[in-house]
Parts: sequence; C-alpha cells; structure tokens
Amino acid sequence: MKLLTCPVNGTRPLSEFVFGGEYRVPPAADCSDKVWADYVHNRHGAPGIKQEWWYHAPSGTWFIAERNTLTDQVIRTFLKGQEGKQ
Amino acid sequence: MPLRLLKYALSKNYPGTRFFKAHETPKKSYDVVIIGGGGHGLAAAYYLAKEHGITNVAVLEKGYIGGGNTGRNTTIVRSNYLTPEGVKFYDASVKIYEDLSEELDLNLFYSTRGHFTLAHTESAMRTMRWRAEVNKHVGVESYVVGPEEISKACPQLDMSCSGQAPILGALYHAPGSVARHDGVAWGYARGADRLGVEIFQNTEVLGIDVQGGKVAGVKTSKGYIATTKVLSAVAGFTPRICEMVGMDTPIVIHPLQACVTEPMKPWLDTILVSGSLHVYVSQSSRGELVMGSSLDPYEVHSTRSTLDFVEGLTSHMLDMFPFLSNIKVVRQWAGMADMTPDFAPIMGKTPIEGFYLDAGWGTWGFKATPISGKTMAETIARDHAPDLIHSFRLSRFEDYELTGEKGAASVGH
Repeated sequence: MKLLTCPVNGTRPLSEFVFGGEYRVPPAADCSDKVWADYVHNRHGAPGIKQEWWYHAPSGTWFIAERNTLTDQVIRTFLKGQEGKQ
Repeated sequence: MPLRLLKYALSKNYPGTRFFKAHETPKKSYDVVIIGGGGHGLAAAYYLAKEHGITNVAVLEKGYIGGGNTGRNTTIVRSNYLTPEGVKFYDASVKIYEDLSEELDLNLFYSTRGHFTLAHTESAMRTMRWRAEVNKHVGVESYVVGPEEISKACPQLDMSCSGQAPILGALYHAPGSVARHDGVAWGYARGADRLGVEIFQNTEVLGIDVQGGKVAGVKTSKGYIATTKVLSAVAGFTPRICEMVGMDTPIVIHPLQACVTEPMKPWLDTILVSGSLHVYVSQSSRGELVMGSSLDPYEVHSTRSTLDFVEGLTSHMLDMFPFLSNIKVVRQWAGMADMTPDFAPIMGKTPIEGFYLDAGWGTWGFKATPISGKTMAETIARDHAPDLIHSFRLSRFEDYELTGEKGAASVGH
C-alpha cells in the first residue's frame, strides 16, 4: 500500500487522499485576458519536482506536497504558509 | 495473402523482406520531421506522402514503432461521442478504419462487434439519450436500448451487477469495433516507407531549434536535422516536447492501465462499457478478455502498473460476470495519457511557425489514428488546419471555446 504523510494526521494510506493539482499563484486580478487564460488552462506538464495540493478526505485537510512526478516520490508535505515550521 | 505465404514457405531466401528499411543515419535535412513513430505519426507520414506528395519526411521514434500508446490501448474503435464536432471527427475515422486492411494490404483483424455503454442510473440514461440524439443527427448509428436487448446480446451478463448496480439500459453503437493495434502502426509504417518516408527507431529528440519564432531544426541522439516543419505526435510525452520550444499546454500526464485474462473460447461478442463500474471489456481474437478502467488519480510520468488497479477492476468485472472468478489475469501494463481539461485532443498549428501538435490524446487516441494522420498531413502540407479539426485547435483555450467531451469518455474519469 502506498502511503502519504498528512502534516496534521501523520502517515496514512494513499486511498485517503485526493490529488488537487499543481500549486500555482494566481496573477493579479487586473491582468490581461491572455495571462488569465494561461493561468486558467495551462500547466507545467513536464515531469520534475513540483509542489501540489493534496487533500486528506477523512479530516478535510488541504496541504502541499513536494513530489517528483517522474519517480512518484514524495519529498515533503506541509501546510500552506508553514513551509519552514516542520 | 495465402499465396504469398506459400511462396514464402517454398522460398530459399530467408528472412523475407522487412516491413520497412532499417535506416541508421538521418540525412542533413528533411521537408518534415515527425516526432513519434506510433500510429498517429506514421499515419501522418503516410498521408503526407500519399495525398500531398511530400515524401522527404523523417519519422523519429525513441523506442520501437508502435511501442507507446499505440500498443498499450484496449483497441476499441467507436464514434458515439457527445459533441457534434467530436462525433463527426471520430465517424470519419471509423469510415477509414473499415477499409484500412485493404488499403494497407495488411489484415488488421478489424472486427465490428457492436458497443454497449451500460447505464446504471437515471442520470447516466439521460446522457445516453443525449449522445444517441447527437449521434443520429450526425448520421451515426447509435440508439438507446433496454435491458432485454442487452441481455439478448450478452446473456452472460448479470443484469443486476451482483445487486449493486442494476442495469437500466444502454447506448448501443452498431459500428463499435476492435482492431489489432500494433498492426495499424506496422501497416502505416510499411505504406509510408514504400512511398519514400524514412523511419528511424532508437532515435531520441533532444531539442528543437527555434529561431525567430520559426522551427529551424531538430537535435537528435543521431545528430542535428535541419527542417522547417516539425510534427509532435508523442502521446504521453507532449509536455516534454513542448518544453523544448518553451510552450505550456493544458496537458497533464496521468497513467492509464489495462490488463488481459488468459485466453478463453469465444463467448463475448460485443464490447461492453460501464461508466459506473469503471470497466470496459472486449474479447480479443486470441480469446483474452481485454480490460481497462479509469485513469490513475494523479499525475505520474511512468508506465508502472499497480495492484490497486487490478483489484479494483476485477472486483467490478465479477459484479458483471460472476462466473469469471476462476479466470486469471495474465498481463497488465500502463501507458501515459495526455489529459486535456475538455477531454478533446489538441491538433493543428501552434504559435511557433512550423511546429504542429497532434496531442492531448488522453484515453481516446487509437480510434482516431487514421483521421488524425489524414488531417495533420493536410495541416502540415497546406499550413492550414481543415474544418474537421478546427474545434481541437490549441488556441481554443485562449478563446474559451472548449469542446466539452467529458460526458463521452468511456468511463467516468
């Protein structure tokens, strides 16, 4: 069974988690339509180490995982804004 | 064909002629370079040569031809989609497939089976009616059937699905077929080779040379090739190729897994799909049940397979066919699927002059092989995409004109 570590609830089976996609910072609200369309649709699709949203469904916890999408290895997980406080 | 086999048996020349010439070193330049020697890339090369007289073409394949998603899908060909533009496009593909064995002079084992998309809920029935009406409007033979007709076509099916998900009806699609997928790649490869296209296996693309917004060449593991036109036809690798030209796309890679059972005597004539149970199944000409399910739930660039997948799939198979409990799964594998937000492909021109995309083929690429080859060949030859693929252009995302095809995905992804 594959495991993932929730920053609040500890190591749990992967089946308890939902993938929420790449972590991205939205552009300013007054950006051009082109920039906004790029933000809405486009992704950094190439493999590599990425920060992603994950959701621990039983406890309703959203957090960020840093994961290598080529090897599927999770490097670390943390709550948003608490990156340095693990 | 039997006569050729007899001549081959009596001949003293062994081995026989190869399907295509084994080129080793590419020339310094080509009119068109196609990245990816799967069905799509080879079909594009074939139609470029046959219909547009462009024969100075190189097809570059990192591994061996047909070894990617062309050889990893569950071989289903159908056109019962949801949007009129999707139905028209896939219908054109089915029509080419029907005569393709003849055209390529290769038996593709193209077998029209009829295709049932089972509905277990009222909301699924509503989608089936919707799809049936769109299909009929475009002239595709699809209609909604009740449980009796399904039971008659497949008496082995437990209509209650172990009491878990009783079948209320189905979308029946008469032209639904299966074909030998690797044969499609080999047939197009041979056809293209005979017309002068050069196919390079074990040749990896390392970079694309873009100068002043125009394609100038391709860096490969076998040296630099100058060209002004590059087609990317690399299922599962599109984001990596697009990164070489500094372009982001909406494509995210998810693995899609499949498996086969040990061979059995023929008993399953039709192709069955259940969205609610996340299963699609047909019986191959070898007697194996070929089965697939939903995508893996998160992005991974790998063709690893998992036990979770087989456990989930087989438990649903047993809901449908309890008598299969003693049948063994003998092989499982995965492919990397280019997923798009609207479940439609991305085809045609890009902001970079001379860089063409045949991508975003997610879980629906094999059935589109002939028509995508044909339309991409036209796009490259005329530098203008035909109307048939206008709705699939990359700029649809910028224009917020998506082609909502998710409702016609074979299973709920």
